[in-house]
Amino acid sequence: MQKYVCEICGYVYDPAEGDPDGGIAAGTKFEDIPEDWVCPVCGAGKDSFVPEG
Amino acid sequence: MRPVEIKDGIFWLGAVDWNRRDFHGYSKAHKGTTYNNFLIVDEKVTLIDTVDERFWGTLQCNIAQVLGDRKIDYVVANHLEPDHSGCLPKVVEKYRPEKIFTSPMGQKAMKAHFKYTDWPVEVVPTGTNIEIGKRTLSFLETRMLHWPDSMLTYCPQDKIVFTNDAFGQNWATSERWADEVNRTRLEELMANYYANIVLPYSPVVLKTLATIKEMALDIEIICPDHGLLFRGEDCAWAMETYQAYAEQKPKNKAVIVYDTMWHSTEKMAEAVASGLADEGVSVRLMCMKNNHHSDVMAEVFDAAAVIVGSPTHNNGILPLMADMLTYMKGLRPQNKIGSAVGSFGWSGECTKILTKWLEDMNMEVVEPIKNQYVPDHEVLGKCYEQGKAIAAAIKAKL
Repeated sequence: MQKYVCEICGYVYDPAEGDPDGGIAAGTKFEDIPEDWVCPVCGAGKDSFVPEG
Repeated sequence: MRPVEIKDGIFWLGAVDWNRRDFHGYSKAHKGTTYNNFLIVDEKVTLIDTVDERFWGTLQCNIAQVLGDRKIDYVVANHLEPDHSGCLPKVVEKYRPEKIFTSPMGQKAMKAHFKYTDWPVEVVPTGTNIEIGKRTLSFLETRMLHWPDSMLTYCPQDKIVFTNDAFGQNWATSERWADEVNRTRLEELMANYYANIVLPYSPVVLKTLATIKEMALDIEIICPDHGLLFRGEDCAWAMETYQAYAEQKPKNKAVIVYDTMWHSTEKMAEAVASGLADEGVSVRLMCMKNNHHSDVMAEVFDAAAVIVGSPTHNNGILPLMADMLTYMKGLRPQNKIGSAVGSFGWSGECTKILTKWLEDMNMEVVEPIKNQYVPDHEVLGKCYEQGKAIAAAIKAKL
């Protein structure tokens, strides 16, 4: 599954791990994350993420 | 330096670090620095930020000079980097504040840094207002300006904003106000600070400045946590300057940064510089043996073009250039033209490696030049023409 990188702080969202602290279960595709989710490192919105690679 | 009352009941405390040269382990502070923190004497005595741990003695002394035996009620932590929060555990222990205000990310950072279990931390997301007596303090999160925890504190009654690292400059002085010092030097040091610390987060700077405008904050005093403070018309000047920095509009300027073994790459770099200068471009020729990467970056950040030079060494580039390029890429300079020169003995990978770095920084690349052994008249002529070609690319961009 495609990983996504936060353009502000460099955090990488890995769907295999999800973001358990942010309420996102492992295995959740980036596209399926709710729009109000924020980067666990810097708090940037979903729109600050770009596909990795 | 003793406390200075910057507005009725609001004091600069801070510590002047005259001997600081290594700033945060990666940047040079040639003129030292200050750690500014502030004390607001109201019904609730409020301390805004602390100082580097080494100045705990100075901080206690300054607090005592303003407060005597009166206690500190509130502490605001705008940023958790150790030069501003270094004395926080000692402040908590000695003064036992009723509350510590910090951003949501600040709380996370505070836990990670200080492993506290029983501090009276209260999270203040953007838009939170607290009353401290005659005054209100409002908070605005500025995530990644320049850490996730960063926030601003604004007091509407005094029209004063505490901006933490934003608008900072590394300059140890006895003066406290920007209007008391040489403006050219101030701007140079402010640019140096921006280029080395804030630059990657320029989009956040633009967003924050826009938010300040939208909120129509009336600002008469700007208090950064390093260097001189701004008052009156200087507040607009500081914000306009930051707006220009963040927009990263290139100037008619080129930086040639290089390292050299037997001066062949250096000769090529000098020829490129001549070509640029003859076309009216202001050029900085900077050898990595004589310039720290943070000083190079202070020149790169407003230049239209960056030309990198290195000979091939052990199938790679010289280590000081690898240092420079790693550092530069991390700071994410935008809107640049790039090019490369390099000499080689036998394998000649230098310009290919240098060009890859330029491409990775999204630079518009002008064809590099490499040369085996010592450049002759013809090669130096090509380098001179390369300088002219880069100058033409700069003119097209300005």
